[in-house]
Amino acid sequence: MLELRSVSRLFGGLQALNQVNMLVPAGKVVGLIGPNGAGKTTLINNISGLDHPTSGEILFNGTPIHMRPPHHIAQLGIARTYQNIRLFGEMTALENLLISQHGRGSASILDALVFTPRYLREERRLRDTASDLLERFHLTQVAKLRAGNLPYGDQRRLEMARALGTQPKLLLLDEPTAGMNPVETEALGEQILRLVREDGLTVLVIEHDMSLIHQVCDEIYVLNFGQIIAQGTPDEIKRNPQVIEAYLGQDEE
Amino acid sequence: MEFLRSIGITEIVMQFMLINAILGLSMYLVLYTGMFSLANAGFMSIGAYTGVILTQNFDQPLWVGLLGGMAVAGVLAVPIGLPVLRLKDIYLAIATIGFGEVVRILILNFDTLAGSLTGESVRLTRGALGITGIPKITETWHLAAFLVVTGFIMIRLHRSRFGRAMAAVRQDEPAAANMGINVVYTKNMVFIMSAVLAAAAGVLKAHLTRTISPGDYGFDQAVSILAFAVLGGTSTWVGPLVGGFVLTALPEVLRDFKQYRGIVNGSILLLVIVYLPGGLVNPAGWSQLWTRLRGKKQGDTLTAEVS
Ligand SMILES: Nc1ncnc2c1ncn2[C@@H]1O[C@H](COP(=O)(O)OP(=O)(O)O)[C@@H](O)[C@H]1O
Ligand SMILES: [Mg+2]
Repeated sequence: MLELRSVSRLFGGLQALNQVNMLVPAGKVVGLIGPNGAGKTTLINNISGLDHPTSGEILFNGTPIHMRPPHHIAQLGIARTYQNIRLFGEMTALENLLISQHGRGSASILDALVFTPRYLREERRLRDTASDLLERFHLTQVAKLRAGNLPYGDQRRLEMARALGTQPKLLLLDEPTAGMNPVETEALGEQILRLVREDGLTVLVIEHDMSLIHQVCDEIYVLNFGQIIAQGTPDEIKRNPQVIEAYLGQDEE
Repeated sequence: MEFLRSIGITEIVMQFMLINAILGLSMYLVLYTGMFSLANAGFMSIGAYTGVILTQNFDQPLWVGLLGGMAVAGVLAVPIGLPVLRLKDIYLAIATIGFGEVVRILILNFDTLAGSLTGESVRLTRGALGITGIPKITETWHLAAFLVVTGFIMIRLHRSRFGRAMAAVRQDEPAAANMGINVVYTKNMVFIMSAVLAAAAGVLKAHLTRTISPGDYGFDQAVSILAFAVLGGTSTWVGPLVGGFVLTALPEVLRDFKQYRGIVNGSILLLVIVYLPGGLVNPAGWSQLWTRLRGKKQGDTLTAEVS
């Protein structure tokens, strides 16, 4: 589904990504771990088109996407969440979910102006999808509240719902459990697995919480100073001495 | 009507109020999309000159002048917007002020330039003196009708996919792009719409004031338009409309203050900006101000009791 070929990203003299090769097969959950500053967010920025590689290629279902603008990539079926929540804070939860479906609609301003059937039908469809998402992520109660005023947990779930509103095939999650307690983390893990099983999504998840990684991932990549230093199943990674030194050992201090 | 006239709001004042409301809305569009553009005065000038040349030199009716002015501004907004809208905030503001200056200087020297290019004597914009003797054919109902239609478009815009994209772009550009919104397209479309509105106001105003000159559309005018939006508030489209009304009517209503009029006018504006930072049309701002005033009063009685 997603393939990275020797992807490098230089920021001035800093090699944020160094010849990264990665394969995310359809229907799988791939984990990406690594210490802070390893380049994980940069990798997701490059896949989602907010940033572009200095060299290398990113293929999505065989199509090169590394030079495409982000809205193209979204419309091809890649959605993401952010390490630091980036909701449209002044808008309601419902409006956030309507916006997320932007690329799935086609009604123009003129349609809206004269209430064409196309506009009315599309608005109804967008609202139906939005209420489904609200229900699914237990947000129906807060649909009319400003996203920026929601409690942290609701914001996290709303961001996930918003990513799904774009109707993606591939979902990129950047530290989705940040700030969550173990119970919430496990519930999120269940949610991710349901998305894969029931909706046929493919997931790439950046995570520090090893319990979540073990719960959901089929395969793990370990990034350190912009380089992939290991790759394997969760059990293989847990035993890899290089990984323990670079990351896991450090984490247990 | 009689009452309005008694407080200084004559028909001509009302006409300017309507024009400035349209200008406020043209500012609102760009601000609502997160673009701090001060290009509206420049587009107003392009509209005014195009419209007047159509009605005067080509004997066209007002509506042709209006549509012509809007069209020329809309078309010119494309090559301006594409490079300039990559900039943000104060950089965008400065670049668009620069655009206004370029327009002013081009119109100032248009006849000489066109003359030397064609080898004939050209008399269209008529330099620094500008065009005089424009027929006064804009009527109040034209302005009112235009404003009503624009208001309707605003309402529909906010309920449309495009309008939601505008708000998303303002709040978080990268996140909007990740939702599938074409940020460059959205910004440029809004810039065009804003230019078209400003141009319409320019055409209608020119056929009211009967004279136009390049100096009418400089930095002062750009800042006035910004003030309509900021004073009215940009949390809804009604804000800039009210801002246009109030800023135009206030000096007239205050005419009894004679030579102190400027000071009173300025003080009122200052008070609004300080105590209602979200503008006049902003329920949250009013309720905050209300609790603040009541809070003070309660505090006063409390200290009184203690002493
Ligand atoms: N836009 C940028 N400009 C310059 N340096 C950047 C930029 N984005 C990230 N970096 C640097 O790249 C490195 C990797 O950052 P990041 O991808 O955020 O790491 P991680 O998500 O793994 O914690 C860091 O050293 C960071 O400072
Ligand atoms: Mg990160």
